[in-house]
Amino acid sequence: MKLSKTLLATSAIGVAAAGLAYAGGHMASGTFTFVSWGGAYQASQTNAYTVPYTENNPDVEIVWDESSNEAVAKLRAMNEAGNLTWDLVDVVAADALRLCDEGLAMEIDPDEMLAPAPDGTPASEDFGDLLVGDCFIPQIVYSTTFGYRTDMVPAGVEPPNDICDVFDLETYPGMRSLESRPINNMEWALMCDGVAKEDIYDVLATEAGQEQALAKLDTIRDSVIWWNAGADTPQLLADGEVFIGSTYNGRLFSAIVEQNQPIGMMWDAQVFDLDGWIIPTGLPEDRLARVMDFVYFATDTQRLADQAAYISYGPARLSSAPLVGTHAELGIEMAPHMPTDPANATNSILYNFEFWADYRDDIDAKFQAWLAQ
Amino acid sequence: MTDTTTSGPMLSADGVPLKTSLARALRRQKLRALILIAPLLAFVVLTFVVPIGSMLFRSVENQIVSGTLPKTIEALETWEGQDGTLPDQEVFQALFFDMFRAAEAKEHTKLGSRLNYERTGFSSVFRTTGRSLDDIGEPFQDWLEDADPAFAEGLTWYEIFSGTGGEDLIEERRAIWANMVGEGFAGDIGFTLSGEMAQLLPQTAAAYSDWAIYTAIVEDDVVAEEDPWEAVYAALALDLARDGAASALAAYSGAGAAPIANALAALPSLPEIDFRAAFIAENDGWGDTGNWQTLKIYSPDYTAGYFLNAIDMEKGLDGATARPESQQIYVKLFIRTMIMSLIITGSCILLGYPVAWLLANLPVRSANVLMILVLLPFWTSLLVRTSAWKVLLQQQGVINDILVWLGFVDDANRLILMNNSTGTIIAMTHILLPFMILPLYSVMKTIPPSYLRAAKSLGATNWTAFWRVYFPQSIPGIGAGSILVFILAIGYYITPEIVGGTDGVFISNRIAHHISSSLNWGLAAALGSILLVLVLALYWLYDRIVGIDNVKLGG
Amino acid sequence: MFDTAKDAFVAFEHVQKSYDGETLVVKDLNLQIGQGEFLTMLGPSGSGKTTCLMMLAGFETATHGEILLQGRPINNIPPHKRGIGMVFQNYALFPHMSVAENLAFPLEVRGMGKSERETKIKRALDMVQMGDFGGRRPAQLSGGQQQRIALARALVFEPELVLMDEPLGALDKQLREHMQFEITNLAHQLGITTVYVTHDQTEALTMSDRVAVFDDGRIQQLDPPDVLYEQPQNSFVAQFIGENNTLSGVVTQISGDRCLVKLDSGDEIDARPVNVSAVGDRTTVSIRPERVEMDKRRLSPDAHTLKGEVLEFIYMGDIFRTRLRVAGSDDFIIKTRNAPDQQRLTPGTQIEIGWLPDDCRALDA
Repeated sequence: MKLSKTLLATSAIGVAAAGLAYAGGHMASGTFTFVSWGGAYQASQTNAYTVPYTENNPDVEIVWDESSNEAVAKLRAMNEAGNLTWDLVDVVAADALRLCDEGLAMEIDPDEMLAPAPDGTPASEDFGDLLVGDCFIPQIVYSTTFGYRTDMVPAGVEPPNDICDVFDLETYPGMRSLESRPINNMEWALMCDGVAKEDIYDVLATEAGQEQALAKLDTIRDSVIWWNAGADTPQLLADGEVFIGSTYNGRLFSAIVEQNQPIGMMWDAQVFDLDGWIIPTGLPEDRLARVMDFVYFATDTQRLADQAAYISYGPARLSSAPLVGTHAELGIEMAPHMPTDPANATNSILYNFEFWADYRDDIDAKFQAWLAQ
Repeated sequence: MTDTTTSGPMLSADGVPLKTSLARALRRQKLRALILIAPLLAFVVLTFVVPIGSMLFRSVENQIVSGTLPKTIEALETWEGQDGTLPDQEVFQALFFDMFRAAEAKEHTKLGSRLNYERTGFSSVFRTTGRSLDDIGEPFQDWLEDADPAFAEGLTWYEIFSGTGGEDLIEERRAIWANMVGEGFAGDIGFTLSGEMAQLLPQTAAAYSDWAIYTAIVEDDVVAEEDPWEAVYAALALDLARDGAASALAAYSGAGAAPIANALAALPSLPEIDFRAAFIAENDGWGDTGNWQTLKIYSPDYTAGYFLNAIDMEKGLDGATARPESQQIYVKLFIRTMIMSLIITGSCILLGYPVAWLLANLPVRSANVLMILVLLPFWTSLLVRTSAWKVLLQQQGVINDILVWLGFVDDANRLILMNNSTGTIIAMTHILLPFMILPLYSVMKTIPPSYLRAAKSLGATNWTAFWRVYFPQSIPGIGAGSILVFILAIGYYITPEIVGGTDGVFISNRIAHHISSSLNWGLAAALGSILLVLVLALYWLYDRIVGIDNVKLGG
Repeated sequence: MFDTAKDAFVAFEHVQKSYDGETLVVKDLNLQIGQGEFLTMLGPSGSGKTTCLMMLAGFETATHGEILLQGRPINNIPPHKRGIGMVFQNYALFPHMSVAENLAFPLEVRGMGKSERETKIKRALDMVQMGDFGGRRPAQLSGGQQQRIALARALVFEPELVLMDEPLGALDKQLREHMQFEITNLAHQLGITTVYVTHDQTEALTMSDRVAVFDDGRIQQLDPPDVLYEQPQNSFVAQFIGENNTLSGVVTQISGDRCLVKLDSGDEIDARPVNVSAVGDRTTVSIRPERVEMDKRRLSPDAHTLKGEVLEFIYMGDIFRTRLRVAGSDDFIIKTRNAPDQQRLTPGTQIEIGWLPDDCRALDA
């Protein structure tokens, strides 16, 4: 604790100084290896963070590694081999928590290492509850929500607007696509089986609750295609393979707005999740200093707001929300497409990181056993 | 010529035993051969023997528990646990010091993750407790500093514990650190422990040594200038409150004698020492005997737990028991993997045999074209091929469209060809087909056409000639192809993942999940080891039934 | 020999075969084989002999013409119904079966009972003196033994016609000679008709009742071995069968069975006109080395003789072989018996040679 803290403190001071004098762009040089998810999301990071950063730090070269989906395993392997080649890793909050537990991600001190809001609010308040665990630097809020084929809605029926419509095969016949893991599915199943939203996790912590959720999922089981990759559901919707399916809201945004697919959004019971950076433990001091310089820049209020011009994910800072503008190419207002927009977030769930950190292995085993039946 | 009629070993011309001179003559040759294969040998060792060895080791290794909580595990030995009582204070006390050390090194959450695989909730138990250990020690720090403000000075502590004769304890603590963190803790720590203090205040000496080693080696600070952990204060309180401590310390007149005397005098105001209550107050997981049972069950350095888990069993205090049915999955997946791999191997034989026969019997020019078609899938990425199958097989896909257009299938009842085992079988048969065709082809190429002619001239019909004469001779090719296809099939996971849905996934998909997602590498290693053993067993069975010399990859 | 093709045991009638539709491998083949006859098809590789055999066996179909077996056309009968035994060049013993199983195979596919099978197998194995080898695998046998088994297998179902495709090609010389003897003996003993394909003329001469010499898709000559050897009908046959000296020249006189040939060197010799029709025809004369005479006393006084210079003398045990330069040719060979009075010529010696006109055949150029 103390070692890392002192280390953090010293470098943080350096970084803070560098951050203040950042306009000079004198500090960082060399090659970074950033790890992200590839695709549109990584492109939004490039546009919002690294392009302006390298403009000011021309001697910095940034190499992307599209390994975020296996970052946890790879970081562990690198740690065991004693050969750390990554400088900054983009992961979802749950993975960040796990990496933090495994000692693979560095603890951070938000107020020392991250920029305050333009009005001087310290970073810890600006990010607020989104600072999950001790190692996670949030960037965006995304949500897992549903999209449906507008042309497959049965005649004379309202388009689905309630999470329980997913479980209503009579009104909304057709295939569904759900992620092949318990997280989110179990919550939705309980919500639609009469469990109050605030009781979901208490119920899910019990054997009976888990069985209840699986029993509810059993009712639609024969109509479900289980997906493993975020791109699956938009593709299944586009091909007309499913009527309704869950995926990340950004994927649906691009299918609807950018590709003009006949798909509608259903925001009800969307599950907020976070994505952000972690800094791997064990970086040598010079590399760490460079990374901190970048992180200070890339997570400030303006940068997070800028990212929203490229992808429909909400910035993780409170202070960024008012700065969200229009789509960089389409020119449409991005705010209504944000999961955090008040109109969309009337009924939302925040991913329960602590709960799933404990129950993930156990419920996952039960879920997979149920799937395999 | 040497006289060979004399008894004893045969000698060569110069009188050296023939065997020796032969060995000498061959040694150079052997050495040269060895040097030639050395790169290969090294490669095989590095890429095959070492990973498999490390996999086998990882599937039973469990040193993290006793490495992180060594004294707790020691203290737990006497606890039976079956009767539902919690361990006694001594265990909690050991837990406090072990946890404090582990939390400083950030090792406690690793152990939490490890134990969470066995019992849900351990992860947060360790995480939250780690954050609040300081709070448990703090009352003792306050009490000591109230008794004598000198205890607030790091130097006071340093002077009390400095001396000679305590080297053994220091070395013991170093070993504990090294066991936990896994790195060397050798080197000067700028502090030598007083043997007298190790006698008089054993707990404190141990805790102070832990802190000193950490301060000097991990933090690279000077021991004399730093303030010790709260745990050291707690240890001193424990030592002072021990029966007979006061009388033993009465004679002490060394450094810090005055603060110690003051502390002894303040004993009546010492807060109650109840680590059990303190731990349970921080996280009620510590009040759960089930958690303690798990900790005890998984305390040995090596465990069969991963393997038991891999066959849907779990380890209890009274031995292994089957998991509840709702959690049984691996045996089912193993069986499914085997059966589906056999089906895939079978369909590869059915589809590959005629193709290989054509390849072996067509004129060279057309055979070459066909061969390219066979090899074409090899030159396309696995992911692309599998995704292409998605386009073909899905309900709104090409195959269904054609069937509906032809009127074979009703539009409302399109065939479900993927996201189930059918999809896995179709896609994997296609992907593995070349591995069947190539060995079959190379064996068939060596069967002269005269055998078939001979059979026909002897009166056999085309079918009899094929079945009695040609087919038996192509069996070595079928054997080689089947072994290749089967072994490749049981290890596949990308294709089942993409087209397999829920009932088309293999055990490898779970292995991949445990490697990359749940990080339960021990379980993944155990599953992998079982898979390896199954393959070896089947290979052995094959050898017994068909004979392994009956396998040919070519002429 | 036969009045019509129907009388023959096997008959080829105007048979043609082409693989590519452009060239004929077999050109208008007419051949009749009598019952119990041992007929050899002899010729260089590519001469069409094996194709003929395969057409007879049914593995190739004739492009044109008809093949008859015992008077019945068999063009449309599949091989397994023809009941013809066949021995292949590489024996084609089934490697996954024991010797006895190999022999049982043709009997099994004919639905024969077990005890009958065993009797027949035993008889067939005894016939080739392999009675003790029934349990072995082909790979455990020597080449000669495999050959015998292949023979036994071809005979075990008692076919009336057996085809052999260069069956002795893979054996060493001594074994080959031994097997030649055994095969002919067996064939005659069993009274079966045998069609034997080989490119080895010694084999053909020693084994056959008749030999059909193939070249270029045609039968060049069909005769018993002695006729073939002593009276070759054309220069190909003369060259192909046995050793032969050839000299070329022009016919200057013909009268009955005598003709005068003026060699290119200017010398004149006597010959028997075989394949020449008129004065002025170019011809190749052929003289067997053992018919060349060095002793003038044995020739008629008016016989033409030639001068020769000894180039080489080779001692071969039973015979001497002398190479001469005669009439501009450097490889004129004389073979003489190793008799006590036989002269051993030394290189450089000038001698005079001649022959009986009947032994010198004037053939096509």
